[in-house]
Amino acid sequence: MSSTASTQTGQKAQSLTLVEAIQDGLYTEMAQDDSVVVLGEDVGKNGGVFRATDQLYEEFGEDRVIDTPLAEAGIVGASIGLAQTGMKPVPEMQFMGFMYPAFDQIVSHAARLRSRSQGQYSVPMVIRAPYGGGIRAPEHHSESKEAFFVHEPGLKVVSPSTPYDAKGLLAASIHDPDPVIFLEPKLIYRAFREDVPTKPYEVSLSEAAVRRDGSDISVYTWGAMTRPALIAAENLSQSHGIDTEVIDLRTLSPLDTETITDSFKKTGRAAIVHEAPKTGGLGAEIATTIQEEALVHQEAPIKRIAGFDAPMPLHSLEDYYLPQAVRIQDGIRETVEF
Amino acid sequence: MNMKNEAGSKDVPAAVREDSDIVQILDAEGDVLPQASVPDISDRQLLELYETIKLARHFDQRAISFQRQGRLATYAPMTGQEGSQVATSLALAEQDWLFPTYREHAAKYAHGMDLASLFEPLRGHREGYAIPEGVNVMPEYIPIATQVPQAMGMAWGHKLQGKTDTAVLCHLGDGATSEGDFHEGLNFAGVFDVPAVFVCNNNQWAISVPRERQTASETIAEKAQAYGIDGVRVDGLDPLAVYKVASEALEKARNPGPGELRPTLIESVQYRFGAHTTADDPSVYRDESEEEVWRDRDPVDRIETYLYNEGILDSDLESEIQDRIEQEVSEAIETAEQTETSPDNIVEHVYEDVPARLEQQRDELNRLREKYDDGAFSEVLE
Ligand SMILES: Cc1ncc(C[n+]2csc(CCOP(=O)(O)OP(=O)(O)O)c2C)c(N)n1
Ligand SMILES: [Mg+2]
Repeated sequence: MSSTASTQTGQKAQSLTLVEAIQDGLYTEMAQDDSVVVLGEDVGKNGGVFRATDQLYEEFGEDRVIDTPLAEAGIVGASIGLAQTGMKPVPEMQFMGFMYPAFDQIVSHAARLRSRSQGQYSVPMVIRAPYGGGIRAPEHHSESKEAFFVHEPGLKVVSPSTPYDAKGLLAASIHDPDPVIFLEPKLIYRAFREDVPTKPYEVSLSEAAVRRDGSDISVYTWGAMTRPALIAAENLSQSHGIDTEVIDLRTLSPLDTETITDSFKKTGRAAIVHEAPKTGGLGAEIATTIQEEALVHQEAPIKRIAGFDAPMPLHSLEDYYLPQAVRIQDGIRETVEF
Repeated sequence: MNMKNEAGSKDVPAAVREDSDIVQILDAEGDVLPQASVPDISDRQLLELYETIKLARHFDQRAISFQRQGRLATYAPMTGQEGSQVATSLALAEQDWLFPTYREHAAKYAHGMDLASLFEPLRGHREGYAIPEGVNVMPEYIPIATQVPQAMGMAWGHKLQGKTDTAVLCHLGDGATSEGDFHEGLNFAGVFDVPAVFVCNNNQWAISVPRERQTASETIAEKAQAYGIDGVRVDGLDPLAVYKVASEALEKARNPGPGELRPTLIESVQYRFGAHTTADDPSVYRDESEEEVWRDRDPVDRIETYLYNEGILDSDLESEIQDRIEQEVSEAIETAEQTETSPDNIVEHVYEDVPARLEQQRDELNRLREKYDDGAFSEVLE
């Protein structure tokens, strides 16, 4: 387990937002490895609709930062081909809700070229996509469909919740020999700053982070929901003396089941927070893992605090749809007071 | 059918230059071109075309300023594209169907949607997506090009049921032509010979990506050849030319001549005068001087000049129209600002009946809303 404390090592660092850390991460990787290329819609001259690829076109030129035609199947399919030539493509999907045209390329090919070729070929590629709600975006711009990809063997699925992790997880993803779906919580793209080392570093793709130590209940979450979970934990500590442990999974596939179960063995209670719809969401997988590994420690039903089993509403209702601190607090209390 | 533009004028954008194969009726000023034949439109219809285009321009300006005041979320402006939007919709018969994208506000209005409903989704309320009975407009399409095969399918359904007097008009952007759905939809349209008209609003940009980067084809209209259907290029800033081309394509969709296929791909050559959306800054990726040459061909000015020349419009009527549209837009805004959506709406219309599980989720939300107050939910998540 590592935590953000590892930034305090006295190395040269910049205070960056999460999206700036991603830009910095791409810059750092591209500077040290010529085979890394960025491609997608509006990633070049425009620097990405969220500025995640800002300045990369100016720095690395149009052969490495490539504005493509508007075609997600084309972008991902072409990236799979590029990867066969020794290049390391980092395609961007402009929003998670617009990944679906590429779904066949991702699940039928990127995820299984290694197994189809019996280890002869592989697809070292990182598909980046902003995901999640809360920014008053139009319809289809707020999707959290991580479970689709977690369900697909052969893919890794990653979602950072801090600027430090964003850069380190991105580096580990780019270095990884297998395809990674890198989901960026756009709600917190610019929410806060953190010291991010200028030098290259990795955050492991196999370790969850304990963001807050606690003894009464374990809250499992990731991405943008980490912040309201931490706020809820702090509020409850003050108002009710409840001591909440908050685990940020960071890598959603493969799951760090050891950290998940170790925490549960300590607390005996669990709540899972995700903004994706409840049914078939990753919460179900985590709850079952706990039951399989640590049933005897269980003291209360496992609580899922999630989005509705309904499409993401337009923005006038998104605050009701997403798990807010108030809902998380209520769920934690219900579980602790069971 | 091809009208030529003023020879050699160097301020004319290449895409609409006289040597290109493009239908035009009005020149850049709004005077009728020498060999052009003006479509048979009554004065009343011409004034309707004019008034709706003016309304669209005003709507656009109000929407942009509202967005800046925080009263609307992200808005996709249509300045420069209103003429084509309105002309295509006015060419439709009442029973025809319209498939709009997120930019075709004026096209929706001109085919029967009320103005307030256009503002509602921009204010975060799904009410505006509920199309009134008898208005044949689909909710706007945001995932690019997904409407193309669906529009084909609806036209196919009508044909299979012997209702070929109902045509389907499907809008799409230049960027959309790169998606697989565009190819599949047009290919099906040709194979099954359906009464559909596909209007590609080639506004030269897909966010920051210029038309030349979208396809190595010289024109978008020529892609129609590959599907065995007609492709037509029209000056999309010339409302009369668009009206003519759209009317002819719709007529052919209903009653094809011997050996003719019903579908048409119209490339309406336009320019996105403004930003992609209110969240976009075009100065990052394009030169302002490019905008200027297109602004000289503003569709509002061209149709206005034409109507003055013909004696259909005078300054009294112009100001009467201006007053009327300003009032209409203001009233729509007032109505839209009163719309409130109950949180219960989250679970409604997912299925015909609300499943038990979803009802539980609604009850849980309502329990929390009673226990804490609504303000607790609107605290900023960040
Ligand atoms: C499948 C899909 N991919 C990406 C996007 C993001 N996006 C929204 S509009 C747009 C550009 C569309 O360009 P064009 O088709 O020319 O239409 P225009 O906006 O110019 O009217 C993009 C890339 C999307 N909405 N859907
Ligand atoms: Mg366009």
